[in-house]
Amino acid sequence: MPDLAIIIPSVLNGITTGALYALVALGLTLIYGVLHIINFAHGALLMLGLYAVYYLKARFGIDPYVALLIVPPAMFALGYALQRGIIGRASHGRDENILLVTLGLAIVIENLSLFFFRSDTRIIDTPYSFETVDILGAFLPLPKVVAFAGAIVTAALLWLVMARTDLGRAIRAVAKEKKGAALVGIDTDHVYAMSYGLGIACLGVAACLLLPSYYVNPQVGHGFVLIAFTIVVLGGMGSFVGALIGGFVIGVIEAMGGLFLGESLGQIGIFAIFILVLIFRPTGLLGHRV
Amino acid sequence: MRSLLFLFAVFVAIGAAPVLIASEFWLDVVIMTLYAALLGQAWNILGGYGGQFSFGHAAYFGTGAYTVAVLQVQFGVNPWIGLVAGGLTAGAVAAFIGFSTFRYGLRGSYFALVTLAFAEVLRILSNSVDFTGAGVGILIPLERSLANLQFASKISYFWLIWTMTLAAFLVVWWIGNSRFGARLMAVRDNEEAARALGVDAFRVKMGAIVLSGVFSGLAGVFYAQYLLYLDPSIAYGPAVSIESLLVPIIGGMGTLFGPLLGAAAIHAVSEFTSEVTGDAPGISLAVYGALLVVMVTFMPRGLAGLVSRLGARRGARALAVERRHA
Repeated sequence: MPDLAIIIPSVLNGITTGALYALVALGLTLIYGVLHIINFAHGALLMLGLYAVYYLKARFGIDPYVALLIVPPAMFALGYALQRGIIGRASHGRDENILLVTLGLAIVIENLSLFFFRSDTRIIDTPYSFETVDILGAFLPLPKVVAFAGAIVTAALLWLVMARTDLGRAIRAVAKEKKGAALVGIDTDHVYAMSYGLGIACLGVAACLLLPSYYVNPQVGHGFVLIAFTIVVLGGMGSFVGALIGGFVIGVIEAMGGLFLGESLGQIGIFAIFILVLIFRPTGLLGHRV
Repeated sequence: MRSLLFLFAVFVAIGAAPVLIASEFWLDVVIMTLYAALLGQAWNILGGYGGQFSFGHAAYFGTGAYTVAVLQVQFGVNPWIGLVAGGLTAGAVAAFIGFSTFRYGLRGSYFALVTLAFAEVLRILSNSVDFTGAGVGILIPLERSLANLQFASKISYFWLIWTMTLAAFLVVWWIGNSRFGARLMAVRDNEEAARALGVDAFRVKMGAIVLSGVFSGLAGVFYAQYLLYLDPSIAYGPAVSIESLLVPIIGGMGTLFGPLLGAAAIHAVSEFTSEVTGDAPGISLAVYGALLVVMVTFMPRGLAGLVSRLGARRGARALAVERRHA
């Protein structure tokens, strides 16, 4: 039994990782809550965001944290265009079709990336990559602490948008009652695309915060997408608070699983939770409707 | 009965392939097309006829493949027994997954996600335990003989996959013409209405997932015996799950010949792209993905839908004749 000196850093590490998971899951849950679709392209789009951050740094020397001003808006535009141009058209009113189309998009994006960027794993080098911060006796990498703070701020911003702006009100109206929203003059196609764009923009933020302490290759999205699904399902599909809490819970569980079962088998814990929650409580621990 | 005769005619025609095709390369393309048709037909039973979209058919494929490989390598069991065992274990895994999901009424996106997660769990497990060879994979020793279900000539492999695929198509023909199939399609089209009419939806879906799992497992057995090597990401990785669903979606879900059309189309396209791009990594899969998007957007009924639209008038007359004689 490892003692507290090992467990506490591990938990803290799990919480900082969990914040990033939460950020990825926030985008997913937003898209689910409004469009009622599971966005299978989520991991692939995160990967695209990571490559954008990587090339901005490698080609133009733009720091990942400065890229926060560039990548999320670009990802928003991409998401808006994808929803309006492809996903929305393919639905024919059936959820299964959207599931398949986003899966198809994921395959296309991943394999084109493999073609253009090759399968090499890349990292960036920043002056602060190896800085650490001392919290409760645990030395955490600085980029992870920044990522934690960034994730919380993004979640708060997203909440503000949803709660206080006209756009947020329109999004919530469409999510609750599409026909009613259309009747009072809301352009539902536009709102759908805005929601999808916002969800993808979250991935842009996550990419900027993630890369200083992580890597990128064409498959990097896989690991995140199933974890994000798990978080969303755990927190209740469409619930923001649920996604945040779910992110932290999963981050800690992963860290603990890795500590006690080893890196590879440790992931089993996440999937076991995923399957159990889906089977016994598909509305999530906090959710209330399917 | 007509469709059954047509089915046999098609398979007899395919059976001429080893006579007509001398090149090993093209015979391999035909073999892999039949194999894709088998994978796709297995998915089609549950997804096309049952309306339950599985994103994790690799769970059954990998189980069948690992069963035959592990039994041979670790326990010295004859692969013919492994073939049967592979189908059975894959069916058992399908029964387990089906029981734990359908029991709680999971459908649509939820079902897709759970099946995906099950396949991932199996991938991680097979990567972590010793008897599967873990991450290194498992190599079936080369001992070519009929008793060993390994052949020196591609023609023998051709007949093996031809037989397996024909069996899957016969079962699907039966589904299309039986009470079981009628119930299954009723559940697909409207589960509540079907239940109201007294259909035991749970049982029907269980039947479909087990049949589907068995044939996926057989495809896995064939794969293991043909290529003689397996590792966790080949067996349980997403590539097989995607191929399984892509084939019937391109060909036409819920139709008997859809998977054959889809498999042929996919292989034609992938041969073409590898001609043009010279095997650049990722391109052929990117084309698969684009095909998936295009088909769902513009041709949700697949190639079979296109064929039946073109032959609609003739078909309608033929159907009327068939009905009168039925």
